[in-house]
Amino acid sequence: MTSSQVMNAIPAKSSGMNSHTQNGHGRHFHRVNWWLTALVAVCSLTVLVPLYFAVAVALKSPEQLAKGTGFEWPNPVHWGNFAQAWVRTNFPRALMNTAMITVCSVVLTLLTSSVLAYALARNMHRPFFKIAYYYFLAAMFIPFPIVMLPVVKETGLLGLDNQAGLIVLYTLYGFSMNIFLYTTYLHSIPMELEEAARVDGASTWRVFWQIIFPLLMPMNATVGILTCVWAWNDFIMPLVVLTDPGARTLPLAQYVFQGQYNTNYTVAFASYLMAMAPLLIVYIFSQRWVISGVVRGSVK
Amino acid sequence: MTMTQTRVATGTHRNRRFAETTYYWMVWPFIILFAIFHTIPMLAGIFFSFTNYAGYGKWHMVGFSNYVNLFGDDRVLHSYLFTIFFSLVATILTNVISLAIALALNARIKARNLFRGIFFIPYVLSMLIIGYVFQFFFSKSVPKIFSAVPLLRDNVLTNEHWAWVPIVIVTVWQACAFAIIIYLAGLQTIPVDIYEAASLDGATGFKAFRSITLPLIMGYVTINVVLNIKNFMQAFDQIVALTDGGPGMATESVTLQIYQGGFTGGEFAYQSADAAILFLIITFLSLVQLRYLNPKED
Repeated sequence: MTSSQVMNAIPAKSSGMNSHTQNGHGRHFHRVNWWLTALVAVCSLTVLVPLYFAVAVALKSPEQLAKGTGFEWPNPVHWGNFAQAWVRTNFPRALMNTAMITVCSVVLTLLTSSVLAYALARNMHRPFFKIAYYYFLAAMFIPFPIVMLPVVKETGLLGLDNQAGLIVLYTLYGFSMNIFLYTTYLHSIPMELEEAARVDGASTWRVFWQIIFPLLMPMNATVGILTCVWAWNDFIMPLVVLTDPGARTLPLAQYVFQGQYNTNYTVAFASYLMAMAPLLIVYIFSQRWVISGVVRGSVK
Repeated sequence: MTMTQTRVATGTHRNRRFAETTYYWMVWPFIILFAIFHTIPMLAGIFFSFTNYAGYGKWHMVGFSNYVNLFGDDRVLHSYLFTIFFSLVATILTNVISLAIALALNARIKARNLFRGIFFIPYVLSMLIIGYVFQFFFSKSVPKIFSAVPLLRDNVLTNEHWAWVPIVIVTVWQACAFAIIIYLAGLQTIPVDIYEAASLDGATGFKAFRSITLPLIMGYVTINVVLNIKNFMQAFDQIVALTDGGPGMATESVTLQIYQGGFTGGEFAYQSADAAILFLIITFLSLVQLRYLNPKED
């Protein structure tokens, strides 16, 4: 209930980012404010400098690092840190685990929460579906710590203290948010489309997969992006749920490495960069798509 | 209209209360799974908070004694004070900074999309790893760069009174990414004409911001503030990376305490009570904010 209020606080017309020409205020002046541009550029350094810092440290030898503050560009450059990090954090294994958990969580989330939201949205006037809707939605403001201790016992008992367990949890715990996003979007899809198909004798499943699911694509993108970023970077759930060292995810591998070699900074930084790189590269190439997807999820 | 809908859907004259069977198949399995992995653990947590369960072995009911003990436990009280203080400071900073940057991005600047893309980068990075990068920065680089400044020449992360500052910085650094994008989306829904009309009435600059911009983006402020408070009240990754709750327990958040006490400290029941209190506080704060920030909603 609370979450729907948050979301409803937003005026419905908010349309996303691609409408500067009509909206961005003061555009009709056509004069660039260079002082402000310079100020924004300086502010953007607060994002870029820490990233540069991470690269500069990762390319140093421990001796080079000990001599300076960390910001100096190393000469000669030590690429060997990456090779060491690759072996010591068992990088390929952690990458495989994280990639598998993320991909499976995204696919499973898209397949399940869209079906669920469809059934709820099309029957919202019926008490059972309305109650079910609020049942899922109410969970949005239940903090993970209150579920954490018992669910870890439970996944242990059920043999789900592994990657499969995390996939199940990401899919289920994402329901509140995802159902909210999908149902809001479904209300804007006209019923006539489905009714025509039903008159032709299509079953509800068929109507969903052949007509509705393709129409949900913009929301599928949003839900996919949100789930992907969450599952890739999440630390607390892998930390408490996983028991087998072979199941470690990328963030968990960094945590373990930090615990074992807490002064081996150059190798640690190389491994941080390798853990952040995949998502960062995907983001750089699909920036606009990612941003508009996230905005669509927040202001609809 | 709903009747026709049902009739078309099922081909029969059905009761308005009941839907076609397929729809129930689309919902029931998920209700059951969600209950198994979310609702039941939550209820189990609340149940065990009234026991003396250590996480293993025998247990019995102890009534409200865990809750009574929580209120007399300095460590617990301190972690709540720290978490609430940290959340407030981080929320205010995140929203002031993000709104300022979003306003600048929405003005007549060059390369807006490039800057927007840069400011959003932290959103796709792991909080834990960002925390580790900043941990090195604060503990090794800052003392060397500011070797002449009394407070900064020592590792600030081991300073009992100031270790919270880097935690706030790292948190705000990442949270701004999302908040800026939301504010920018909000600002772009405000029509230009409003400002033109206002400037004729003499409202420009800060006055225009206060009387036009702020009221029109209040919904976006609500979204950001509510999400920030909820996330910051559960702060965990950045604290593990930066201080691990130290020095002593100066920067121990509630979630970190639940994790440490519940998993390694044999305090399953006690920390379940702790988590129940955290749940109540987060729910309370969310409701207060929704009422206060958004008085027109019913």
